[in-house]
Amino acid sequence: MIDAPEKISAKIVEPTIFDLSSPGRIGVTMPASDVPETALPPKELLRSELPLPELAEVDVVRHYMHLSTFNYSVDSGYYPLGSCTMKYNPKINEDTCRLPGFLFTHPLQPIETVQGNLALMYRLQEWLKEIAGFAAVTLQPAAGAHGEFTGVLIMRAYHKSRGDTKRTKMLIPDAAHGTNPASVGMMGMTVVTIPSDERGNVDLKALEAACDDTVVGMMLTNPNTLGLFDEHIEKVIELVHGCGGLMYGDGANLNALLGIIRPGDLGFDVMHFNLHKTFSVPHGGGGPGVGPVGVATHLADFLPAPLVGIIEEAEADLPPLYGYVKPAKSIGRMKAFNGHFGGGFVRSFTYIAMHGPDGLKDIAQYAVLNANYLQARLRSTYHIPFDRICMHEFVAEGQFAGSGVRALDIAKRLMDYNFHPPTNYFPLIVHEALMIEPTETENKDTLDAFADALIKIAEEAKTQPELLHNAPSTTRFGRMDEVKAARELVLCCWLPENYDMNA
Amino acid sequence: MTYIPTSPKERDMMLATIGVKSLDDLFDAIPAKHRFPKLDLPKALTEMEAMQELSDIAQANENVRGDLISFLGAGMYNHYIPSVIDHMLRRGEFYTAYTPYQPEISQGTLQAIFEYQSLMSALTGMDVSNASHYDGATATAEAVNLAYAQFRGKRRKVLMSPSLHPQYREVVRTYTQGMELESAGDDESGIGLSPEAFANQVDENTCLVIVQYPDFFGRIYDYTKLIDAVHAKGALVCVVANPTALAMFKTPGSMGADIVVGDGQPLGIPMWYGGPSVGFFTTRKNFVHKMAGRLVGETVDNRGQRAYVLTLTAREQHIKRERATSNICTNQGLLALATAIYLSVLGKHGLGQVAKLCYQKAHYAARELNKVKGYKVSSETFFHEFVLECPAPAAEVNAHLLEHGILGGYDLGQDYPTLANHLLIAVTEMNSKEDIDTLVEVLSEVDHD
Repeated sequence: MIDAPEKISAKIVEPTIFDLSSPGRIGVTMPASDVPETALPPKELLRSELPLPELAEVDVVRHYMHLSTFNYSVDSGYYPLGSCTMKYNPKINEDTCRLPGFLFTHPLQPIETVQGNLALMYRLQEWLKEIAGFAAVTLQPAAGAHGEFTGVLIMRAYHKSRGDTKRTKMLIPDAAHGTNPASVGMMGMTVVTIPSDERGNVDLKALEAACDDTVVGMMLTNPNTLGLFDEHIEKVIELVHGCGGLMYGDGANLNALLGIIRPGDLGFDVMHFNLHKTFSVPHGGGGPGVGPVGVATHLADFLPAPLVGIIEEAEADLPPLYGYVKPAKSIGRMKAFNGHFGGGFVRSFTYIAMHGPDGLKDIAQYAVLNANYLQARLRSTYHIPFDRICMHEFVAEGQFAGSGVRALDIAKRLMDYNFHPPTNYFPLIVHEALMIEPTETENKDTLDAFADALIKIAEEAKTQPELLHNAPSTTRFGRMDEVKAARELVLCCWLPENYDMNA
Repeated sequence: MTYIPTSPKERDMMLATIGVKSLDDLFDAIPAKHRFPKLDLPKALTEMEAMQELSDIAQANENVRGDLISFLGAGMYNHYIPSVIDHMLRRGEFYTAYTPYQPEISQGTLQAIFEYQSLMSALTGMDVSNASHYDGATATAEAVNLAYAQFRGKRRKVLMSPSLHPQYREVVRTYTQGMELESAGDDESGIGLSPEAFANQVDENTCLVIVQYPDFFGRIYDYTKLIDAVHAKGALVCVVANPTALAMFKTPGSMGADIVVGDGQPLGIPMWYGGPSVGFFTTRKNFVHKMAGRLVGETVDNRGQRAYVLTLTAREQHIKRERATSNICTNQGLLALATAIYLSVLGKHGLGQVAKLCYQKAHYAARELNKVKGYKVSSETFFHEFVLECPAPAAEVNAHLLEHGILGGYDLGQDYPTLANHLLIAVTEMNSKEDIDTLVEVLSEVDHD
């Protein structure tokens, strides 16, 4: 059993749901049983105590309402979190994904009873293929990292099916997301890190030197995490393909490419999408994500099963019959059931349907416009180490010569101006990185207010650095004692010794 | 331009600040040959048109709240979801926030996850819970990662019970194909054996034994003896549990389980044609550093206020990169929140009632079906799901039921060839006595068709 947490005499802003519990309170009453009674199983199979809170509905509502007010969110303000694409999430999505036909269908129903769901999945597969230029798409992966893992399994299976077993190295640029090497580590492959050149591109010499017949492939985010489109992308892909490797695209930054270029056309063999970034599935405070994977023709047979296909073609006045199909050399199954259907596919389907081809191109163009506008406004105040026309985001340095101020301080000070901070300390190749992704759903006034705040903070860093070191000061909560959290490791707020769990 | 708030005049001012003439000029780095493809997609719909289109698609389905009476479970269950849950989930402050990397302005999410962890620990009888995984199947695969790391890769055998959900077994096999693990034990000839018989297969090379509770066939076993026997061989045990059953039955924690995982869908999450749901993952305190996923811990802020942060992040992919045991990045934040609200508002009393209703109704259904000529209930001690042997192939029986507006049970022949005539029937609090009597009546007609 867990050790009793030591008494913390901290001031309680909102009690926990366990603190609020009062014996005998009822939140929901279920109907009485309408069937003749059956005796319960022997007592030794039953639990004696159910240590859950006891609250009325109003207690629960007020508790979660209070908690919600402690959060910053896209609905409450500007959220320029680099690499996360915190765009506005249209409200219609919240209604379409809750239509009863979607909410209350079981994943194992006979296909004849769920033709609506299957048609939606089939069309979404087709749309994603068209948007990114791939031959086939699986919707199954639950998140970006899950899609990456799927992609790496597919790459491994492809080489293995050709008897090409000595390929164990994955090439990953130094600017990559941490999930890339972690996905590879899960497979027992080794990671070879490829440096970036002075313009933020993949260093071609280093890449060429690493390309040999032990290479599984390369995992590349393009535009990369500096927000830059690789100026030698065709050469990079040629080198990787030249040594028999496969090209993996991390679709984290696809928002910059909609209607601009299709990764499949460039020669990417496999790519995951982040429907929660590009196609407006809300981030939900950390999930659910949705991470479909697209592949070129030669990898289509390896996709996870099942995919949605047409079982019987449409006839005169009958729609086609949709059902499930299994790719011939499938790597298996990435999760139970059919992927993140309701919260994921329905929202993204709604979003794509409302944009069409021109609307999607607008998204990328305005995301890139907003990023370049902010970069232009901040250029003279913050050092931008890789300074050229960026795509949907850019990275500035959050430090000033002769000042003790760090990116973290700038990030925290932005909260006092009621902005969510940019991503900081990533990518790792920029010192004190501030990674800024405005997205297309912000207007010029917001961007100007944000730029003004950052310029004012740069001034404060010189004249009143304590304002930054002590920030945030206007928020409900201040900086956290992270060491205490890790040392004491209080992960649970009910006390098992109050309950006899072994009875 | 649907959700883009920039006017043409503002756009031109911004282009001038950047120093380019047009939006297209921003894309010179893109290879010209492939630049600006014409996408073959349907023309954009307005909101009104999109709502109509999506309504039409949804109505092409037959749902289990009006169109069909359902007895289908097999890992996803039709339970009542109190209104309060969705009202809270629709708070933009919750659903449009990102992962709580900035704790000063994310205490809502952080405290809610901390409470979710506490509620899941209480329910499973385990010391610690993480902030959740994608679903029950992937949480099970993460249990394998934990066990593999615990023995530093020196023990390479995973024993999966044949009565572990077939899709969960498939996911574990998919996840572990790069790890050179041996998976064994799920030979279907073992489905009739008691769990203790299964312990004979545990050896010095075994890192993890995975059993389900109630098992895929709905049966309740006390795994205490099995767990003791596995521990005697030095291996770990993961119990995949149905959380509703845990309101009533002895906890896997009290049986000595090392890891308890499962799918939280029954706790306030709609079936949504399979997802998203939430995978819970709980374990003993001594395994906390090997556990994947996010963890929220209690601390104080610099004003002396109790607060919460993501902790032990050094275990995670963004720090450890290729040395991380898992690449997991997101959790299922919003669904973990749904689960926490469900457990809070039902509480001790309500969740106990739900479990008892499921038990009572399932046992009534089993008793009545067992009386019908040609049918036999083959489960003994069970919770809300049981195996029904039918006089005809299960697929035929289901087809007949569907003609009468009933979604029958899961056809076990799909995964267990010797059970081609067997249905797995699930009954929850949503099934009235009338529904059950209708099922019995329609099934008794199958012979006479």
